[in-house]
Amino acid sequence: MLTFVGLGLYDEEDITLKGVRAIKDADMVFAEFYTSKMMGTTIERMESRYQTKITTLSRGEIEADPAWLYHAIDRDVVLLSGGDPMVSTTHIDLRLRASDLGIATVVVHGTSIASAAAGLAGLQNYRFGKSATIPFPYTVRSKTIVSETPYNTVLLNRDNDLHTMLFLDIDPEKGFMAISEAAQLLMQVDERGLLDRALGIGIARAGSPDVVVKCDYIRNLAGSDFGAPMHLLIVPAGLHQMEAEALVRFAGAPDEIIER
Amino acid sequence: MGVKKKMVERVRGLMSQPENIRNIGIVAHIDHGKTTLTDNLLAGAGMISKELAGTQLFMDSDEEEQERGITIDAANVSMVHEFEGEEYLINLIDTPGHVDFGGDVTRAMRAVDGAVVVVDAVEGAMPQTETVLRQALRENVTPVLFVNKVDRLINELQVDPETMQIKLGKVIDNVNKLIKGMSEEKYKEWRIDASNGTVAFGSALYNWAISVTYMQKSKIDFKEVYNYCKDNNMKELAERCPLHEVLNDMIIKHLPDPLVAQKRRVPVIWHGDADSEIGAQMASCDPDGDTALMVTKITRDPHAGEIATGRLFSGTIVRGQELHISGTSGTDRIQQVGVFMGPERVEVEKIPAGNIVAVTGLKNAIVGSTATTLRDMYPFEMITHASEPVVTVAVEAKHMRDLPKLVEVLRQVSKEDPTLQVKIDEETGEHLLAGMGELHLEVVAHRIERDKGVEITTSEPIVAYRETIMGRAGPVEGKSPNRHNRFYIEVSPLEPEIVDMIKSGEISMKMDKIERRDKVMEVGMGKDEAKSFSAISESNILLDMTKGVQYLRETMELIIEGFEEATTAGPMSREPCQGLKLRLVDVKLHEDAVHRGPAQVIPAVRQAIQAAILMADVTLLEPFQKVFIQVPQDHMGGAISEIQGRRGAILNMTQEGDVTDIEAKTPVAELFGFAGDLRSATEGRALWSTEFAGFESLPKNLLPEIVSQIRTRKGLKPGIPKPSDFVSE
Ligand SMILES: Nc1nc2c(ncn2[C@@H]2O[C@H](COP(=O)(O)OP(=O)(O)O)[C@@H](O)[C@H]2O)c(=O)[nH]1
Ligand SMILES: [Mg+2]
Repeated sequence: MLTFVGLGLYDEEDITLKGVRAIKDADMVFAEFYTSKMMGTTIERMESRYQTKITTLSRGEIEADPAWLYHAIDRDVVLLSGGDPMVSTTHIDLRLRASDLGIATVVVHGTSIASAAAGLAGLQNYRFGKSATIPFPYTVRSKTIVSETPYNTVLLNRDNDLHTMLFLDIDPEKGFMAISEAAQLLMQVDERGLLDRALGIGIARAGSPDVVVKCDYIRNLAGSDFGAPMHLLIVPAGLHQMEAEALVRFAGAPDEIIER
Repeated sequence: MGVKKKMVERVRGLMSQPENIRNIGIVAHIDHGKTTLTDNLLAGAGMISKELAGTQLFMDSDEEEQERGITIDAANVSMVHEFEGEEYLINLIDTPGHVDFGGDVTRAMRAVDGAVVVVDAVEGAMPQTETVLRQALRENVTPVLFVNKVDRLINELQVDPETMQIKLGKVIDNVNKLIKGMSEEKYKEWRIDASNGTVAFGSALYNWAISVTYMQKSKIDFKEVYNYCKDNNMKELAERCPLHEVLNDMIIKHLPDPLVAQKRRVPVIWHGDADSEIGAQMASCDPDGDTALMVTKITRDPHAGEIATGRLFSGTIVRGQELHISGTSGTDRIQQVGVFMGPERVEVEKIPAGNIVAVTGLKNAIVGSTATTLRDMYPFEMITHASEPVVTVAVEAKHMRDLPKLVEVLRQVSKEDPTLQVKIDEETGEHLLAGMGELHLEVVAHRIERDKGVEITTSEPIVAYRETIMGRAGPVEGKSPNRHNRFYIEVSPLEPEIVDMIKSGEISMKMDKIERRDKVMEVGMGKDEAKSFSAISESNILLDMTKGVQYLRETMELIIEGFEEATTAGPMSREPCQGLKLRLVDVKLHEDAVHRGPAQVIPAVRQAIQAAILMADVTLLEPFQKVFIQVPQDHMGGAISEIQGRRGAILNMTQEGDVTDIEAKTPVAELFGFAGDLRSATEGRALWSTEFAGFESLPKNLLPEIVSQIRTRKGLKPGIPKPSDFVSE
C-alpha cells in the first residue's frame, strides 16, 4: 500500500495526527521536497519528531524512474510531501503508476498553500480561476525566453472576474523566485500595459510565525523586498466589498481600493 | 619626414586617377624569387632602403619586422613609378606561396588585374607555376613573365651565350604551353613574347633586368649583359638596367588599368546581375557608385588591431562608413582607411574605386567577405563553401606558456582561411582544427609555426563522417522526464536537391520565408512542408506540421535546441547528421510553464529524434576527394595502382603528348600518406591536386568497424545503440 501524506505548510508540526499515525504504521517512509519545500524544518528534525528513518527521493526518482514504488507492492510505504499531496500533478501521475502495479493508495491531506494563501489575503476561495507558475526565464540558442503563459492566465481569469494564484519557480541553481522578480516578469511581457493599474498580493512564508502579506500595485511590488522564501503572488480581479476591506486591514492595501 | 609626406601626397593624388593605377600580383613556384623581387622593386621605388632590400625578405616573417622596427603589412605594398613622363601607382598584392587549398590564390587573383609570373631560369616552370598561373588566368588576370636567376645560368651552370638564349627561349615556350593548355582561345590574347616586351630576364638578387623594350631604350645588348655577369660586375649592370625600371615599365605598359580591367573582369569574378546598378558601377569602376569591397586578406597589427585588405571595385571608402558584410546581419563601421606606402600603412580620409585598400573596423569580415553599402548585394563569393572540412587534428602548444597565444593564433588562421574550422572539444578541452585534407592541415600547421611563431604538436588526422538514413520512421513519441510533455516526430530522407541548397547557402533560416518556400517547392517539396520550416541544422531540417497546439510558440526554441543537439551529434556515433527531414507531427504540453522548461523539453525532443534515426535504417557517409594526377606515361601504372589500392575509382584519363591526366575519386580516409606513396610510386614525377567531392555511403561491410573505431575514440560504449536506449517502447 502507498499512503500519500501531506506535511502542510511550514514545519514538522503542521502534519495531521492521521498523518503521524500513517508514518508509525509504515514499513518504509520516503519524502520528496522538490514539488514543495518545508521551509521551517529539516529531515533530521522530522526523523526525530516522527521517530522513523526517512529517505529523501530526487526528482528523477519521482518522475522518471520510481524504483522505490515496487516496495509498496507488498509493504506499507508512506510518501511525505509538503502541502496537500494531490494538488501536484506529479503525485496524481504516481498514484496512477501505483495503480498500474496493483498497489492500493490512500491520501492523508495536509494544509494546502492554495487555501492558506487565499485566506491570508482575505479573498474568497470560490473566486479563484486557473493558477499558474511563473518560471525563471531561460536562455536557449542565445535567445532569452520569458514565458507568457502566467500573464495570459491572469488576463483570462480577469476577463471572467476571477483571481489568479501565481506560484513562483524554484530552481536548483537560481534558488527561490522572489515576489519582486515575479512582478518584474509580468510587467516585462505586459507590452500592452494591461497591468498598469493592477494590484498584486505578495505572501511570504505562509504558515510561519513571521508570515508577511502585502497588497500593492504590481509595479510597486517589482521593487519590493519580502525577505526570506517562499513567496507567492496573487493577482486579484474585481474586489467584493469585504475582500477590499480585508486587504486594506490585513495586507496594507492602498485605501483607494475600497472606492474602486 | 618631409620626403615621406611628399610621397603620401603623390599616392593620394594617383588614387583618383584609375588610368594611372595597376593592381598586380606576383606569382611563382616556391623559391623562384618572389620575395626577393618584391623587396627590390620597393627599394627601387624609394619605398625601402636599398641596403635592406635583397638581404631582408620583406614580405616574410614577423620577427624580422620587429627587428627593423617598422610595421610591415604583408597583405599589400604600393609604389610610385614614373613611366614616359607620367607617374603611376602600382599596388602589389601578396599571393600565398603554397599550393592552393582554400582558394587563397584565387581570391588574391580576383583582386588584381595583372600578374607577374616569376620563373627560375635554371629550374624552369614547375608544378606550382602551373597551379598559380591557372588560377590567374581563370580569374581573367593578364600575365607577363619574369625569368629570374639568370645570373645562376651564367655563373653556376657556365652556359655560353647561345645556350643561354636557347634555355631562356625554352622557359618562355614552356610557359606559353601552359597558357595554351589552359585555354586555346585565351592564348591568342595572353601569349607572352620576348619581342613585344611581355617578358623580362634578370636577377632579382643582383637587382638587374632586361627586356627587348629596355634593350632598345638603353642600347644594351645580350652579349654585354652576358659579359657583365661573367666578369662578376653585376653592380654596374644593375645601374645600367635597374630591375625596378624594367619590371615596372613592363607592368605599366602591358598590364591593364582598373578601368579597362574591371569592364572585362567583373562579369567573370562576380555572378550577380550585370545589368543591375551595382553591376554597372563596378564594370565602370565608378567612384560615385555604391561601395563594393572584396576582402582578400585579414592581418593583425599590434596597434590598429585587425586590418582588412581588399579590392574596391566601386564607390569610395570613407572613414565612418557603415558597411554590410556578406553573410552577417547588421553593419560594421569603417574606422581607419589606409593605403600602403611601400610596406607601411598610411591613413587617409578616403579611397576611390579601383584601388587596393586597407581598413579597420570591419570586425565581422573574413577573407572572402563582400563589404558594401548595399543591404543585399550579391556577394563576390558565397561564404558557405562547396568544400567542407572533413579532416580534423587536435592541436596542442608545445610549451604551456604559448597556450594563450595558440588560442589567438587559431582564431586568426580560421578568419584568414574560411575553409578552416576551429572548435574546442567540450569533453576533452582539446583544440580541434578541421580542414579539407591532410595536406591542407599540414600547410596550416606549418603556417602557425613559421609565420605565427607558435610551436605546436598535432594529433593523427581524423576523418569526419556523417550519419544519415536510408528509410523512414515514426511518428516516434518522445516523453519529457516528468512525462507531462510529449513530442511526436517522423523522419525521412531529405530531398538531395534541398540538401545541396542548404550546403550552398541557397536556402537558410535567415532568408525571407516566402522566397524559401518557393525555392524548395521548385525542386518538388509539397506546399505544406515548404511553408513549415522551423529550423535548419547541418543539412537537416525540422518541419513543424502541427496545427494550433497551445503554448507551442514559447516552447519552440527548446524543440529546436533538441533538434540541433540530435543532429549535430547523431545517435550512432555522435557524428553530424546529414539529409534528415524531421517532421514534428504532434505535441502535448503541460499547461503550467514550469513543467515544460529546458530540462523537460530538450531531452524529450532529442531522444525522439535519436530513436527515430536508429529506426530508419541508419548508416554512415564518408567524405570523398577528387584526385587529379598528371604523370608521364612511363609512370602511369604506378599512379593508377596507388588510386586503386585506396578504394578509389578512375573517372577519366586523357593523354597529352607523353603526359597522362588522371581524374579519380577516393575516400578521404584512404588518402592519408598519399603524397609520399605517390612520390615513390612515380619517382616523384607526378603532379597532383585534390578537390572535395562530397559524401557518399560507406560500404556496408565497413560500417561496424568504422562505427566501433569512432565510438572507441570518443570514449563511448561499443556497439551500435538501439532505439530503446533513447525512448521507452
Ligand atoms: N642567384 C640568385 N638567387 C636568387 C635570385 N632571386 C632570388 N634568389 C634566392 O633564391 C632564394 C629564394 O628566394 P625568395 O625570394 O625567398 O623566393 P620565394 O620563395 O619565391 O619568395 C633566396 O635564397 C634568394 O636569395 C637571383 O636572381 N639570383
Ligand atoms: Mg617568399
